[in-house]
Amino acid sequence: MTDRGGAFHPVIELTLARLREFLREPEAVFWVVFFPVLLAFALGLAFSGSGEPEIHVGLIPGQGDARAREALLSVPGLVVHDLSPEAADRALRDGEVALVVRPGSPPEYRFDPVREESRLARFAVDDALQRAEGREDRFEPRIERVEIPGSRYVDWVIPGLLGMNIMGTGMWSLGYAVVYARSRRLLKRLAATPMSRVHYLAAQMLARLVFLGLEVGALLVFARLVLDVPMAGSLVLVSALAVLGALAFAGLGMLVASRARTIEAVSGWMNFTMVPMWVLSGVFFSSAHFPEVTQPLINALPLTALNDALRAVMLDGAGVQGVAGEGAILTVWTVGCFGLALRLFRWQ
Amino acid sequence: MYTLCHNHEVIDAARLEPPPPAVACRGLQKRYGDVVAVAGLDLEVRRGECFGLLGPNGAGKTTTIEILEGLLAPDAGEVEVLGLRWGRHARALRQRLGIQLQETQLSEKLTVEETIRLFRSFYRRGPSVDEVIQLVELESKRGSRVGKLSGGQRQRLSVACALVNQPEVLFLDEPTTGLDPQSRRHFWDVLRAFRSRGGTVLLTTHYMDEAQSVCDRVGIVDQGRIIALDTPEALVRGLGEAGKTLEDVFVALTGRHLRDD
Ligand SMILES: Nc1ncnc2c1ncn2[C@@H]1O[C@H](COP(=O)(O)OP(=O)(O)OP(=O)(O)O)[C@@H](O)[C@H]1O
Ligand SMILES: [Mg+2]
Repeated sequence: MTDRGGAFHPVIELTLARLREFLREPEAVFWVVFFPVLLAFALGLAFSGSGEPEIHVGLIPGQGDARAREALLSVPGLVVHDLSPEAADRALRDGEVALVVRPGSPPEYRFDPVREESRLARFAVDDALQRAEGREDRFEPRIERVEIPGSRYVDWVIPGLLGMNIMGTGMWSLGYAVVYARSRRLLKRLAATPMSRVHYLAAQMLARLVFLGLEVGALLVFARLVLDVPMAGSLVLVSALAVLGALAFAGLGMLVASRARTIEAVSGWMNFTMVPMWVLSGVFFSSAHFPEVTQPLINALPLTALNDALRAVMLDGAGVQGVAGEGAILTVWTVGCFGLALRLFRWQ
Repeated sequence: MYTLCHNHEVIDAARLEPPPPAVACRGLQKRYGDVVAVAGLDLEVRRGECFGLLGPNGAGKTTTIEILEGLLAPDAGEVEVLGLRWGRHARALRQRLGIQLQETQLSEKLTVEETIRLFRSFYRRGPSVDEVIQLVELESKRGSRVGKLSGGQRQRLSVACALVNQPEVLFLDEPTTGLDPQSRRHFWDVLRAFRSRGGTVLLTTHYMDEAQSVCDRVGIVDQGRIIALDTPEALVRGLGEAGKTLEDVFVALTGRHLRDD
């Protein structure tokens, strides 16, 4: 038994110190635990509505506009706005209406075909106007409403939100703490003790895992109980992925913070690292939208790996084998970043 | 029989050989761009003595002491601490040293006790956490956050962190700057107790009365060089006038103009 005069092993003491610093900073607790839940709640409210989405259409006054209005209003879910030609263009541009109808024979549809809702509106409007002119349907299809669990947007976005959060909290909490300690010369003071540098970095990572329990737990419980987001696969596997992800981003945060001397400098580097991943890694929309050639690169990003794996387990019920590739990517990031950070790390 | 005797002699000879000095350096140089912070500095601190480095602002005291502490690499020169060199022996050496830096701000969110525990955990031997707290008389502040301590109390805490391993050599960079007279005297007591157990001290200070009363020898540094080195008494005597103090020696040697620019 080593004599430590009543203190624990350095890794434990360093981890405890980091946890205490964190818990005694009420703002930090808010951003880590409550903010993600608030964000999930807002998204849940916005996207979990079960009613059919409305389609907004603009109508320019002209010959036969009364007849057109009547036909359009008979379609459930279509909302008609009477607009002057100039107002119509503005409304189209701002997305207030998906399509503008200029009555006449034939009528004119103005819309941007790149926008998905505009394409939808085109078919709904066309159908209504053609019928009003006497087109007959050949058959009346039988419609069966199905709700596949996990198919709502909110179901898809929650794992991405979880991944984004693991990234943000991991990188910020580590980067900030390290640079703060460096700017106050606390790191230099620690370097003057026989403290092992590996112990220091390991303790930062360990402390990170404790916060992780808080933040992932809060978000998952909320998503499950309030938003009714499914958990098709095993909760243990989701937790294991969260840990792998947290370690990868802790490593990345450590690497980004390994040389910066000021909070401003490290903030810049953090954003430089994270913003591309927010966009590319499928947090709010699928990364499949990006060109084929970029896909290998996107898939190698740690946030893509984490999001894909979380979705595979939570929505499709994937097992360990199903997410082994993503797990490997995260492990490579962890080991690589940690090793590099240890080499580059500036103690003063 | 003969071999045994012979062996004894060898051991005795080894015992008689003087231990290496606590700190020794030769030809130390360090520059920052155009600024020469240390310009060829030699120094030897004997075991058990209290050595004071004096000098105007910017003279190179902090740079020198941080090189000796193994925190800065010199551009040239050699350093030995307790007969060992930085580099290969760094970890083992750090176990035996106590260091206080000129401008460390310890973590504000931790309490006094938590801070001392943290530092104590890095060392394999030394007093208990409670003993260290008693030593610097911070018992009543044991549970207070560092951020809530007065300047003097922080300074005491920072000295406490340097004492957690009962070091053989204690490096202190301006340990009493900003302390009230009571705290200063209390610090001297702590220093005396430390030395009574055979500890060596290397400190810097701007208080000449302090240097005169606690240091066995002082070195006056100016522009990165030692320009005088002796016991305070001998330096004062060297002025050849009655009623003079170490401060008079200092001003006589380093001039009256400001050194901050
Ligand atoms: N990191 C650095 N970068 C550039 N110059 C430095 C650096 N550290 C010290 N210096 C310069 O080196 C010289 C010596 O500085 P040092 O801190 O060793 O002085 P000091 O004797 O400790 O002064 P003080 O009594 O004010 O603490 C000064 O001119 C200082 O400006
Ligand atoms: Mg100094």
